[in-house]
Amino acid sequence: MTPSAAIGFVIVGVYALAALLGPWLAPYGEAEIVADVWEPFSAAHPLGTDNLGRDMLSRLLWGATRTIGVALAATMLSFLIGMSLGYLAAVVGGWLDQLLSRAVDALMAIPTLIFALVVLAVLPPSVTILVLVIAVLDSTRVFRLARAVAMDVVVMDFVEVARLRGERLGWIVFREVLPNTLPPLIAEFGLRFCFAFLFLSSLSFLGLGIQPPAADWGGMVRDNANAISFGLVVPLIPAAAIALLTIGVNLVVDWQLERSARPRRT
Amino acid sequence: MTELLLSITDLHIAARSEQGGLQEIVNGVSLRLEHGTVLGLIGESGAGKSTVGLAALGYTRHGCRLLSGSIRLNGEELFGAPYEKLRQIRGARVTYVAQSAAAAFDPAHRLEDQIIESAVVHGILSPEEARREARRLYEKLRLPDPDNFGRRYPHQVSGGQLQRAMTVMAMVPKPDLVVFDEPTTALDVTTQIEVLAAIKAAIRDERLAAIYITHDLALVAQIADRILVLKDGRMVEEGATEDILKRPTQPYTRALVQVRRVHKPSAPQPAAQEPLLEVRGVDAAYGAVPVLEDIWLRLCRGRTTAVVGESGSGKSTLARVITGLLPPRRGEVRLLGEPLPPGLRQRNRDQLRRIQLVYQMPDVALNPRHKVEEIIGRPLSFYFGLGAEARRRRVEELLRAVELAPEFADRYPGELSGGQKQRVCIARALAAEPDVIICDEVTSALDVQVADAVLRLLLDLQAATGVAYLFITHDLATVRAIADDIVVMLDGRIVEQGTREDILTPPHHPYTDLLLSSVPEMEVGWLDRILAERAARKARGERIMEAADR
Amino acid sequence: MHPLLRLVVQRLLLGVATLWVVSLLIFAGTEILPGDVAEAILGQAATPEAVAAIRRDLGLDRPAWERYLDWLFGLMRGDLGTSLTNRMPIAELIAGRLENTLFLAATAAVVAVPIAIALGILAARFRERLLDKAISVLTLSSISMPEFFIGYLLIFIFAVKLFWAPSIASVYPGMALADKLYAVSLPVATLTLVVVAHMMRMTRAAIINVMASPYIEMAELKGLTRTRIILKHALPNALAPIINVVVINLAYLVVGVVVVEVVFVYPGLGQLMVDAVAKRDVPVVQATGMLFAATYVLLNLAADVLAILANPRLRHPR
Repeated sequence: MTPSAAIGFVIVGVYALAALLGPWLAPYGEAEIVADVWEPFSAAHPLGTDNLGRDMLSRLLWGATRTIGVALAATMLSFLIGMSLGYLAAVVGGWLDQLLSRAVDALMAIPTLIFALVVLAVLPPSVTILVLVIAVLDSTRVFRLARAVAMDVVVMDFVEVARLRGERLGWIVFREVLPNTLPPLIAEFGLRFCFAFLFLSSLSFLGLGIQPPAADWGGMVRDNANAISFGLVVPLIPAAAIALLTIGVNLVVDWQLERSARPRRT
Repeated sequence: MTELLLSITDLHIAARSEQGGLQEIVNGVSLRLEHGTVLGLIGESGAGKSTVGLAALGYTRHGCRLLSGSIRLNGEELFGAPYEKLRQIRGARVTYVAQSAAAAFDPAHRLEDQIIESAVVHGILSPEEARREARRLYEKLRLPDPDNFGRRYPHQVSGGQLQRAMTVMAMVPKPDLVVFDEPTTALDVTTQIEVLAAIKAAIRDERLAAIYITHDLALVAQIADRILVLKDGRMVEEGATEDILKRPTQPYTRALVQVRRVHKPSAPQPAAQEPLLEVRGVDAAYGAVPVLEDIWLRLCRGRTTAVVGESGSGKSTLARVITGLLPPRRGEVRLLGEPLPPGLRQRNRDQLRRIQLVYQMPDVALNPRHKVEEIIGRPLSFYFGLGAEARRRRVEELLRAVELAPEFADRYPGELSGGQKQRVCIARALAAEPDVIICDEVTSALDVQVADAVLRLLLDLQAATGVAYLFITHDLATVRAIADDIVVMLDGRIVEQGTREDILTPPHHPYTDLLLSSVPEMEVGWLDRILAERAARKARGERIMEAADR
Repeated sequence: MHPLLRLVVQRLLLGVATLWVVSLLIFAGTEILPGDVAEAILGQAATPEAVAAIRRDLGLDRPAWERYLDWLFGLMRGDLGTSLTNRMPIAELIAGRLENTLFLAATAAVVAVPIAIALGILAARFRERLLDKAISVLTLSSISMPEFFIGYLLIFIFAVKLFWAPSIASVYPGMALADKLYAVSLPVATLTLVVVAHMMRMTRAAIINVMASPYIEMAELKGLTRTRIILKHALPNALAPIINVVVINLAYLVVGVVVVEVVFVYPGLGQLMVDAVAKRDVPVVQATGMLFAATYVLLNLAADVLAILANPRLRHPR
């Protein structure tokens, strides 16, 4: 493993722990007001306090669970949608492929953020809605990739052999195509997660994502934005937390991509 | 005394391997080349012949490194020479003709601008002189419309013409040495002979020295004065062409000279045998493009029908129609006297089982994520419902039948060699206990000796099981070796069909004649003889077909 | 018709069709709610009178397709409708802001494109050497950062600590160009950092792809100088992919503007749209959404057409 990949794994590992155990590790409650506004770093509040006097560290930890959890849920859902439709389009082909591909083209003609803003103008701001919107919009990218890699495999002779043998769709998808398309899709999962995570954070930052008082990193940047003009780093803390996780995931993904690009030797 | 033009001594070249270490791909190769002579560099894939050829230009590919040795051109050392000096030699004193002209021409510029580029850049000729010289050479290489030929872009010209244009490009700077790297390999056999004849004439008339790299010994024998045989980066044998062909001293060279040692004795056509497979009046098309027209053929038990044709003749489409991948527009396919449903989906398991297919590229015909046991075993459980234990036993039996050890059952395709993979493919086809196996160019991706062994295996299996083969190929040597019946195809139609003796004995159909006479024979002077024969027959007013007439 | 012209006309027609589908989707996006839009807009503040008023304003008593056609034909005449919150014609609301957004995006493009292409060429030229690796780490990091992080980081360093640039990018009509450029320096820097990373990575990949072609090896074997190989054989072939990269990233830039405008409180279209979403001012959201989407579609269309024009195989058909 390369040193940069190792750094990536450590970062991802620490965040995973924070996301899993956040609420238990947090010294204070999520919305608990414990001190004055924007108090500096201290033993009691290692990362200071926020715009309402809530403990920054506690909110970061609560936010880890929520932000990472929502992004992960959205990514998984988008893979579920994108992969099943993508494989279906590649293996069945014909009019079904045309229909799905054209629908995806249409959705992708609009920038994701803009379409999300349009939809969120009328939908209620709930976590379920957020997960659904992000997942559906992002599944178009997953669809494209899943269809493309499956297409590469579907034209191979061993898939034709299976068709000629009389195998059913299920066998062809799960036994012949799927095992040969997993490596690029695993890397893509990392990238899509980053995207969903940044996207969710941006929405929250714009005030259209996860709603206060729930702790969420993008929202925390928004809440504390004014502190920056007093020379305080408070809003940079949750923003850096977001950046660091995406860098970590990207390092791991880069390593994985490079590894699967090398010819396999057993 | 002729002065030595090029001498390479004890050359070692290494490539960065997948694990990151260095691996020697050229190991102690030496060669000598005199002015005005042609050296044939021959070997199979991975023999290091291109690497040696490029070393004559002081060039190594990305990831390769010259380790030691000496490369002297006219007495000047190229090994370790500064880049600027090498640059002045490349494209001026030594030039290069690449295997795929279609990829080696820059798509962004007109042919002539590229053809004269090195002569002009190196200050050998003025642009006007270079253009004049190029036009003279177009004519010499029999390119059409020499005055306007160079105005075209690479994608506007056919493969055979591009290959000749690249030869012109190599000759315009009047180099001392031209390196031809498999210049005809990508071409059809009838085009190949024309390009080869043009290159040969050009080398002779311009008194060039050349290194001619190829995997085809018969081909290089037509053009080379001396031949150097390479295997796995090492020299096997070096000698005058005549000696290599007639008196090879090394077993490897002898194997190369003998080409096909497989031969199926001709069996008489059984009088009134019911055909296993019949194709009756089939037309087929991809969308609006017709690919097959009025195809009729029959295949009997224990016999091999070879379908011969060049690229685009529709021979592989015929396989797709028979297997049901492409339902025909018209006509039908019958199996054991019963019409088969046209499409794959309408056929039942038993019908599917009876026709099996073996592919050209064993690499992509095996799922890399399945073990051999799973690959061969799946038809057993799918068609015959064998349980785990019986299946394992039968898989081992089949592996033995294709001359592989039973332990191969636990390996993945990535751990097998090309020949072993093709054997696994054959075992998979046999597992279904088919009546007919369609072999689609099954040996063309394999090296000569491996291909021979696979063909012999196929014949043995036929003798043991009585399976019938439909053998699709462009390789006439293979056809001669194993076919009982031959079908010659051209542009989606059958030109001629009959028993092997009927087709291979004159008089031939003009296309069959062209095809047969274009296959290089392992004999010095074959090319000159064929060209002379063709010219003589033309002079007598006989109808001779040329590749361009097709 | 020349095949090239036919291809271009085909793309243009496709572009028009795409714009139409986009308008359909944007309109449908605000109809997505199963319940009543008017109640959703008002939320808890929904009194029967207020609901009725909004229903009247939005014409909700008429079928959706009728409202869509009205909206679409209005768009084509330049009539973008009326804002729900302040009753102003949307066209008036947007005019100045559209100009501001385009100014910001264009300035960022002028800075980012040359930097990205130069870095991409350098990284490709010194592939797998230290410089390439350094650039790759830097760009990977800046791709990973949310725009608002880069934005606030720049504010913190250059506005709050060093006093080099204003933290709030306020521009007004009639401002001198130099003042305007000074005002937008930090938002431009933020956008540049984000876009350069993407654009540079794609440029590098495009060049490396071309440099691996057999005709580049052939050029080397013809003894041409490195400079000639790059200028004469690599660049003409890498042009189409590079143009594509640039235009696609410009499209990306137009969208990236939304968050950056909010960070720097910049009076642009993105800020307007985000405010409208928060206030559930549906007509404004539709109009701004359509403008952003149309810019995006047109830029992608331009990328397509330019790529066709730069392809020698298409320019000189058989």
